[in-house]
Amino acid sequence: MAQPGTDALPLRVAIIGAGPTGYYAADHLFKRQGLVVAIDMFDRLPTPYGLVRAGVAPDHQKIKSVTTTFDKIAANPNFRFYGCVDFGKDVTLADLRDHYHQILYATGAQTDRRMGIPGEDLRGSHPATEFVAWYNGHPDYRDYQYDLQHEQAAVVGIGNVAIDVARILCRSIDELRTTDIADYALDALRHSRIKEVYLLGRRGPAQAAFTNPEIKEVGEMADADIIVRPEEVQLDDLSRAAVEKSQDRATLKKVEILQGYALRKPTGKSRRLISRYLVSPVELIGNDAGQVMAMRLVKNILIAAPTGALQAKATDQFEELPVGLVFRSVGYRGVPLPGVPFHEKWGVILNEKGRVLDPDSHQPVIGEYTAGWIKRGPSGVIGTNKPDAAETVTCMVEDLARGAILHPSHPEPSAADALIRQRQPNCFSWEDWMRLDKLEVAMGQAVERPRVKFTRVADMLAALNR
Amino acid sequence: MNIASILARKGPKVFTIRPEQSIRAAIASLAEHDIGALVVVDEAGKPIGIISERDIVREAAGNERVFSKAVSEIMTSHVIVGTPQDDLVSVGSTMTEKRIRHLPVVDKGRLIGIVTLGDVVKAQRDQYRGEVDTLQIQIMEEQT
Ligand SMILES: Cc1cc2nc3c(=O)[nH]c(=O)nc-3n(C[C@H](O)[C@H](O)[C@H](O)COP(=O)(O)OP(=O)(O)OC[C@H]3O[C@@H](n4cnc5c(N)ncnc54)[C@H](O)[C@@H]3O)c2cc1C
Ligand SMILES: NC(=O)c1ccc[n+]([C@@H]2O[C@H](COP(=O)([O-])OP(=O)(O)OC[C@H]3O[C@@H](n4cnc5c(N)ncnc54)[C@H](OP(=O)(O)O)[C@@H]3O)[C@@H](O)[C@H]2O)c1
Repeated sequence: MAQPGTDALPLRVAIIGAGPTGYYAADHLFKRQGLVVAIDMFDRLPTPYGLVRAGVAPDHQKIKSVTTTFDKIAANPNFRFYGCVDFGKDVTLADLRDHYHQILYATGAQTDRRMGIPGEDLRGSHPATEFVAWYNGHPDYRDYQYDLQHEQAAVVGIGNVAIDVARILCRSIDELRTTDIADYALDALRHSRIKEVYLLGRRGPAQAAFTNPEIKEVGEMADADIIVRPEEVQLDDLSRAAVEKSQDRATLKKVEILQGYALRKPTGKSRRLISRYLVSPVELIGNDAGQVMAMRLVKNILIAAPTGALQAKATDQFEELPVGLVFRSVGYRGVPLPGVPFHEKWGVILNEKGRVLDPDSHQPVIGEYTAGWIKRGPSGVIGTNKPDAAETVTCMVEDLARGAILHPSHPEPSAADALIRQRQPNCFSWEDWMRLDKLEVAMGQAVERPRVKFTRVADMLAALNR
Repeated sequence: MNIASILARKGPKVFTIRPEQSIRAAIASLAEHDIGALVVVDEAGKPIGIISERDIVREAAGNERVFSKAVSEIMTSHVIVGTPQDDLVSVGSTMTEKRIRHLPVVDKGRLIGIVTLGDVVKAQRDQYRGEVDTLQIQIMEEQT
């Protein structure tokens, strides 16, 4: 019998998830010397690129050009894309085991972490994950509603996602009009009455999770002033000692930027982004109709853990912030896939270096792997998924060499294709996506935007006359 | 990035030993699992020390009968422990400075994992590589 991984019998790999990780993994596999692989990539959406399309902010078009790298990978003749195919629904693990030697889960983090405070589910309190998907035109979220008639909004968390959300809320329509933000979101934001957006950090400026280009950018918005309280960005003794010891340039710069903001006087722009530190929401307070009216905050101090990490500790000082809209941006979280072992605490697929583990024996499950956010949790920029995928691919290649792979009864590519088309007659091929992409770009050109997105699956099908 | 992001891809295994067990048992366990250190736990599973290959080698250099000694006689007590939310920057600098190679991680008093200096360095290296890669894409786009 032919050896899998050769011309006679290419190694058949199924990649679930067409985000950056899926492409980087495909690239690492294609580039392995002496290995012949044929990859099928699945995504539950008709469109590829994961969070690059549905997460990265519309006013950050430059970074979206990373998709040209992904397109080159997809051009490999041994690569096929199956959009609109949901793992667990349209195809099952048993189906894949029957058609592939190896299966790689790269499904990212599909939901949000909870804060666990009273009032979290009041009307007007939303996870940032959904708002981000909404303004980016994700078909599952396009019909969500956000009441932008309140004048005060709060964003909890100070990671880059929180900055994205706050920035989109503060941008003028002229700034957004030239992006690929979803049409309905542009319309809703056009009528927004938001005047003040609070950005709430539970620790201090030296511990802020956002990166410097992002915090600099919010100091240069056309119609929003940035406001920082000087006393909140003075370093406490512990932070000062830590920064002085590490001499970490990025942290020094971050603190300098924020202290610079604290010296600015408001210039009377229509909106104000108020960046606060050392405060934690302890409760959302609602009115009789169950709508958020205010947020109760506790003031924190920093304490040092034995490892030197500085953590927030609540004091007994509270304040109330009147807000009608709250976005909780305290992190994403992975969701389990049917039949795939999951680690509840971390919200990831149970794995060791990308090998999926059996929950009882803790031994690797033959033929199943994971990479990206669903492997290590929701952190890191697009490029971080490249070394992460490389680690997993190394395990895949080692296991192939040891013969520890699946033995599908139908490894021929035509068999998988027939099964998928039978299960999901509406599935999208790479060519379908390329046509859709051209249409979106053409619609965008007509109105001087990078693209105008289709946001309903039915519209995408109709656009391709299907 | 914090300790949780390292533990997430390390699997749920943490290898432990009891203080009254012998060094022979410790060596067998280190060899079997191909690791550099074991967390020493009391009957409640609480970490009370750590025993590393170094500790054993150092003892063996002056003591032929090292095998039959009890783990408690050689282990390092006063272990520094981490929690899942500790930032890697602080953890990395503390481990380097205090020459800690293995850091037990506890959550609500329970041992849930162990992080090595190598793990921290790798995670930080991957993060920087990713950032550089991503910046390059943006710069290239600016030039076109
Ligand atoms: C709001 C936001 C903005 C960001 N902005 C930036 C930025 O500006 N620059 C930067 O470098 N990084 C940014 N990042 C980080 C970057 O997006 C991530 O590092 C990266 O997308 C993670 O890649 P992934 O492939 O693991 O997951 P994802 O990108 O989430 O891809 C996962 C894919 O799997 C698919 N999928 C899920 N479940 C199934 C299923 N059951 N069956 C089939 N398919 C499935 C999903 O539809 C999705 O396409 C941002 C992240 C967020 C959340
Ligand atoms: N432009 C870009 O490059 C870009 C844009 C978007 C996203 N990304 C990347 O995508 C990843 C995910 O971003 P993210 O913003 O979702 O996550 P993140 O960077 O981990 O930030 C999460 C934020 O939430 C805070 N938080 C967590 N729990 C909290 C609680 N209970 N109460 C109050 N605050 C809480 C955290 O504070 P603590 O630090 O105190 O825990 C932190 O400020 C990051 O790696 C990010 O860099 C990059």
